Amino acid sequence: MAADSCSWFPALAVGVSLLKCFFISAYRSTDFEVHRNWLAITHSLPVSRWYYENTSEWTLDYPPLFAWFELGLSQVARRFDANMLQVENLNYASPATVLFQRLSVIVTDVVFIYAARECCRCVREPKGSRDVLSRPSFVLAVLLLWNFGLLVVDHIHFQYNGFLFGFLLLSVAKHLQSQHLQGALLFAFLLNLKHIYLYVAPAYGVYLLRSYCFAQDNKDGSVRWSSFSPLRLLALGAIVTSVCALSFGPFIAMVRGREFFFCSGAAPSGSAPSVYRVIKNTHHDVEELPPASMTGGLVQEFEHSVLPSVTPAVTLVCTLLSILPAVASIWLRPHGAQGFLRCLLLCALGCFMFGWHVHEKAILIAILPLSILAVESREDAGIFLILTTTGHYSLFPLLFTPAELPIKVVLMLMFTIFSFTALRKLHSAQGSLLHPLEVIYLLGLVAVAIACEVVFPLSPWQQRLPFLPLLVTSVYCAMGVCYAFLRLYASLLLRREEKPKQL
Amino acid sequence: MQTWSLVSICVLLAIIARWGVSLNSYSGAGKPPMFGDYEAQRHWQEVTYNLPIQEWYFNTTNNDLNYWGLDYPPLTAYHSWICAYIAKTINPEWVELHKSRGYESTQHKLFMRMTVLVADLLIYIPAVVLYCLYLTDGSSKKKVSIMFCFLLYPGLILIDYGHFQYNGVSLGFALWGILALGLGWDVLGSMAFSLALNYKQMELYHALPFFCYLLGKCIKTGLIGRGLFLLVRIGVTVLATFALCWLPFLAEPSQAMQVVRRIFPVARGLFEDKVANTWCSLNTLIKIKSILSGDSHFTLCFLFSVPQCHFKVNSSLAFFLFSFQVHEKSILLAALPACLLLNDLPLMALWFLQASTFSMLPLFLKDGLLVPYIVTSLGFLFFSIYLLSALDHCSEDKLRLGAYNKLFYWLPKMDLFYISIAAMVGLSIATAVLIPPPHLPDLFPVLVSTTAFLHFLGTFIHFNVVQFSEPPSRKSQKKSN
Repeated sequence: MAADSCSWFPALAVGVSLLKCFFISAYRSTDFEVHRNWLAITHSLPVSRWYYENTSEWTLDYPPLFAWFELGLSQVARRFDANMLQVENLNYASPATVLFQRLSVIVTDVVFIYAARECCRCVREPKGSRDVLSRPSFVLAVLLLWNFGLLVVDHIHFQYNGFLFGFLLLSVAKHLQSQHLQGALLFAFLLNLKHIYLYVAPAYGVYLLRSYCFAQDNKDGSVRWSSFSPLRLLALGAIVTSVCALSFGPFIAMVRGREFFFCSGAAPSGSAPSVYRVIKNTHHDVEELPPASMTGGLVQEFEHSVLPSVTPAVTLVCTLLSILPAVASIWLRPHGAQGFLRCLLLCALGCFMFGWHVHEKAILIAILPLSILAVESREDAGIFLILTTTGHYSLFPLLFTPAELPIKVVLMLMFTIFSFTALRKLHSAQGSLLHPLEVIYLLGLVAVAIACEVVFPLSPWQQRLPFLPLLVTSVYCAMGVCYAFLRLYASLLLRREEKPKQL
Repeated sequence: MQTWSLVSICVLLAIIARWGVSLNSYSGAGKPPMFGDYEAQRHWQEVTYNLPIQEWYFNTTNNDLNYWGLDYPPLTAYHSWICAYIAKTINPEWVELHKSRGYESTQHKLFMRMTVLVADLLIYIPAVVLYCLYLTDGSSKKKVSIMFCFLLYPGLILIDYGHFQYNGVSLGFALWGILALGLGWDVLGSMAFSLALNYKQMELYHALPFFCYLLGKCIKTGLIGRGLFLLVRIGVTVLATFALCWLPFLAEPSQAMQVVRRIFPVARGLFEDKVANTWCSLNTLIKIKSILSGDSHFTLCFLFSVPQCHFKVNSSLAFFLFSFQVHEKSILLAALPACLLLNDLPLMALWFLQASTFSMLPLFLKDGLLVPYIVTSLGFLFFSIYLLSALDHCSEDKLRLGAYNKLFYWLPKMDLFYISIAAMVGLSIATAVLIPPPHLPDLFPVLVSTTAFLHFLGTFIHFNVVQFSEPPSRKSQKKSN
C-alpha cells in the first residue's frame, strides 16, 4: 500500500468526507428545519429579536455563540438560495438549501478532524515498526472520524455535533498535553455553543481547581493547600468570563427564560435509554400510549398516572448523587489527565442516565472520549465495545425511514467489525476483551434489532402498540449503558494510585 | 488486521456508496409519457408477469413494443419475471397490466433499487472479491486495495444505481467466466459467459477473446485427444446453456427469430444520441449517417471490429469505437476488463476508467445525478491514486511500452494525465453550469463525447502497443485478460 507514516490520516479524513456526501439526499429530520429557521432568524432579524422570534415552533434555544455561528453560516447561505433566509419560509427545503446545509455540516467537521488529529498525537505508540493498520493512533483516528453515531446523527438526521465535539475533543487533547489554559478556553467556547456540555462541567471544574490551581501535591497524593496559585485561578476565571461576555454580551437580560428546559418534561421525547425510560416502560405495561406523543420532537410534559412523576428537582439530585463519587475521587486522589478523562466520562454517563430531558444523541458525549482510553487499555477497550455497540444501536430509532435502513445497518456493521477486530488486535497480547456473558448480551442486541426492524412491522401488534420497538430498544440498551457506567466507576475508584503529575 | 475483516469493511463501503447513489433520482423520473430506463424495467416486469411467454417479444394488443418493448435476451426477461413475482406480493399495483404504466412512488423506488442491490450482492460483488483475492498478485493488502478500487468504479455504480439498469448481472456473469477460466475451470467458465450473453447481447463485445482463448487452449492441448475432448465439452456446455435459456422460444422458429430481431435492432441506425465512438465523433466532421446507407454502416463496423481477437480491453474497446448502434453505457463493457488491469497498469486503467465515467456525464446530468457523479469520481480517483500508487507508475518500465518506447518517449505522460484530468473537470463544470449558445444546443455533449473519444482512442492505442510488445511467455499468461 502507498500509505507512508503520515498520509493515512488525510486519506481517512478525505474518505469519510466523501462518504458524508452520499447522504446529501437522505432523510432529514425536523432538525434540518430548526437550523434553517435559525439561519433565517440570525440573518434577517436584529439581535434583540433573536430569542423572542417565534413564527416557527423551532425557537432559538442554543447559547448565543451558536447563534453567531449561524449568522456566519447565513452569509454563505445567501449565495446558495436567499429564500431560505426568510423567516416566513417555514419548511423551505429547495435543493440548493439542502445542498448548502448538508455541505455546511461536512465543512464544519474540519474542527472535528483537527481535534481527532490532536487526540491521535496524545496516544502512546508502542516501540517497533508496526503495520499502519495496527497502530493505536490509526485505530483511534478511525474510531473518531468514522464514528457511526456522528455519521448518522450529523449527516442524515442533521445536526452540528461534529463541529461541537471537535471543541470537546480538542479541549481534552490539550489537557492530555498539559496545556490547561487552552483546554479551559476551548471548553468555555463549547459551553457557550451548546449548553448540553454542562453535563461534563463538574469534571472540568474539579479537575482544574484541584490539579491546576493547586500546583503541587503532598507525597501521599493529598492536596497541598499551600501550593494554591491565585494567579492560575484568576487566569481561568478571566478566560471563562471573557468568553461568556463575548457570547452573552448583548443578551444578558433576554436569555434567562428560554435556555433551560426545566418547564419541560423529564421523559425525553425520543428513545434515550435512561433510567426514566425503564420507569416509564413499567408504567406503559399498565396503560397504552396515546399516539404520536413520544417522538413528536416537541418538548412536552408527561405525567405518569400510576408511578410517581419525576420532577426536575429529583433528576438533579439523582444526577448529582451519581457523579459525586467520581468527582470526589479526582479531588481526593487525582490521577492526572487520565483521571480527569475518566471523570468526564462518568459525568457524561451519569447525566445521560439520570438527567432531565436527555436526548439519545447525548450518549456520544461518553462514546467519543472513551475511544481515546480504549486504544490504550484492554479493560477500557472492553467497556468501549459494550457502550459503543449499545449506544450506537440505541440511535437506530432516529432513522426510521425504510430507505435508510440499509444505510444504518451497513454503517453499524462496518463500525462494529472494525472496532472489534482492531481493538482485539491491539490488545491481543493481554487476553480477550469481552467476558462470555457480555458477548451474549451483545448478540442479544442482534436479536432485538431483527425483531424491531423486520419482525415487528410485519406483525399484528404494529397498529396497537406502535412504540413497542422503541421501548424495547431503549430498555435493552439501558442495561448495557448502566453496566458500562458501573464498570467505568469500578475502573476509576479501584485504580491503583499513580504518582500525581506536577502541573 | 485480518484479511476477512478488511474485505468485509471494503464490501460494506462499496454497498454504502451504491445505496447512497440510489437515494438520488433515476432516468425518466417524473417525465411522462415515455419516462426512462426505470420505467422500461418496471414495464418488463408487468409484461413478463401478466402475459404468456409467447407474447413477450411480440407486438400484440396487450404488449405494445413501441412502449419499451423487450429488447434483451430471455435471461433478462426471466429476471424481470422473478422481480415481478415479488412485486406482486408487496403491491399488485406495481405490475398491473396497462394500469401500472408510469407508476412512481417512494416505496416502488425502494423496491426497484433493492432488486439491483440484491442482484449485485449475489452475482457481481462476490465475483469481484474472488477475482481480486485469487487471481491478483501481491500482498493481501494490495489485493484488498485493488478490490476496493474495482468496487468503487463510478461508471457502473452510477448507471446501475442511478440511471437504473442491471449491468451488474451481465458483467458479473462475465467476470465469473473470467474467474473460472483463470482457475482452469473452462467448462464452468464457458457456462458463466453463456449466461452473461443470454442476459445482455452486448456481452458479444467480450465473446471473441473468450472464443479465441478457449480455442487456443484446445489447440495447444492437442486437437487430437484431450484438446478435442475439451472443445466438445465446452461446445456442449454452451449449446446446453443457450438451449436452456431459449427453451420456451424454441418450440417455433418464428418465436426465436422475433427475439433475435428485437435484440439486434439493425434498423435503428449507426448511432443514437451523442456517444464517444468513432462514428459519432467522425459525424461532427463528415456527416457519415447521410453519406452511407444503413447496410454499409453495418459492414463497415464489422470490418473494423473483428481483427481484435485477443486482449479483452482492446476487443471491447474496438467494438465500442467502431460498432453499430452503440450506446454510451456500452463503455461499461470495456471498463470491466480495464478494472482487471488495475493491478498491472494502474495509471492507464484508472485514467481510462475515469474517462469512461466522464463520457457518460450528459446522461448523468439528464438524470439529475451530478452530485453522485462528482462524489464517486473524486472518491475513485483519490483512492486509486492513494492506494495503488498509480502516479508512481508512469515510468517507461511500468507503462510496459517495451520496444515501442522509442516512439513515445517524447510524450510528457504525467503532464498529459494532469491536463486530461483538468480538461475533464473543466468540461464537467461547464456542462453542468453554463448554458450553450442557441445555435449550438448540443455543444457540451458533443465536446464531452469528443474528449472522451480521444481518451478512448489513446487508451486503445496504448493497450494495443502493450499487448504487441509483450514477450510471448507473458502473453500466454495474459490471454485470459
